[in-house]
Amino acid sequence: MKKLESTWYNMAVVLTLIAIVAGAALAYVNSLTEGPIKAIAKANEAAAIKAVLCADDVSVKDTKTIGEGDAAATVYLTDKGAAVKTSDPGNRSFGGGLVIMVGLDNEFHVLGYSILTSNETPGLGAKAGEWFQKDGKGSIIGKTAGGLMVSKDGGEIDAITASTITSRAFLNAVNNAQAAFMAVKGQSDMTGATSLNDKNVRKEVCDE
Amino acid sequence: MNSIRVLWNGVIKENPTFVLLLGMCPTLGTTSSALNGMSMGLATMAVLVFSNLIISLIKNLIPDMVRIPSFIVVIASLVTILQMLIKAFAPDIDKSLGLFIPLIVVNCIILGRAEAFAAKNGPVSSVMDGIGMGLGFTLGLTLLGATRELLGTGKIFSFGVFPENYGALVFVLAPGAFICLGYLIAIINKIKG
Repeated sequence: MKKLESTWYNMAVVLTLIAIVAGAALAYVNSLTEGPIKAIAKANEAAAIKAVLCADDVSVKDTKTIGEGDAAATVYLTDKGAAVKTSDPGNRSFGGGLVIMVGLDNEFHVLGYSILTSNETPGLGAKAGEWFQKDGKGSIIGKTAGGLMVSKDGGEIDAITASTITSRAFLNAVNNAQAAFMAVKGQSDMTGATSLNDKNVRKEVCDE
Repeated sequence: MNSIRVLWNGVIKENPTFVLLLGMCPTLGTTSSALNGMSMGLATMAVLVFSNLIISLIKNLIPDMVRIPSFIVVIASLVTILQMLIKAFAPDIDKSLGLFIPLIVVNCIILGRAEAFAAKNGPVSSVMDGIGMGLGFTLGLTLLGATRELLGTGKIFSFGVFPENYGALVFVLAPGAFICLGYLIAIINKIKG
């Protein structure tokens, strides 16, 4: 077959046809993958909630989004406390775009945390995933979220060696999680999840 | 045996990473570990094989003056399809490479092979060229990733070779990518020389 000539008519028809075929193929694959992608996102979220609350069975009673811009946080209210997904307000982490999930009991003790998105330096700031865990050097597990600060700023948490900026941003995010949880509590004091007198508040820390 | 020669050409003689120096952005950006490098190479290879095949099949239907936009649409659609498939069925790869998959669209290897090879050859040798170039790229990325992972963390494919504490962090970071790539190219030129 001879090559089509570059006339206006040919070019317009060919480009339109290619775009239509490409569009149809994309739409088809999108319809195939839309379900699994959503399921994975949901499973990841559920797994993160379980992990940060140190519980095997958690039922999310209510989900609330609070705050605006980079101080926005999503609060998942559960019977064990709340899992809060938040970034660090002001976006002051080293690589930017830090998003974490923090598990808080009803008295704002940190039950666990997990880094969802981070662009911190491997080997330095990226250590935040382990550093603040129970066995880490700057453990925040069991501490009361709210006024957490690195020791350089007068707080009691040891910052990651050579990564004070990441550590500050991380603690800032944890504190924001507490603020968001408190704000949600203030809004809806009648939900079962938010009773301050709950006798079953988990103070002990989970063993993994 | 022509197709074997085409394959050989992509892997060794015109290796995209070490000889043609094409696609440096993913080469430097994704090779922080051997596995990441290999996944990126394989993803690129998948796109390359299919884009070469499709373009060699429709090359006579495309008027010369609009060939580049047509190629770009074909390649971009393939990459988007690949991205959706990876997101749906290989979430772990998506986690480590998610950012770089869309960048395959502008990887010059793919447009380069479409223009230089697929637009002039039949479907069979175009697929072979895609496999050859893809393998060459995968090989390059895996080698670079393995070197950086070994020097930086003392592991290869997450298997410990020596304790992590003796690793030099710089090799996992961006500067290490340039240093390793430079030395690998020098070594390979010396061997081939």
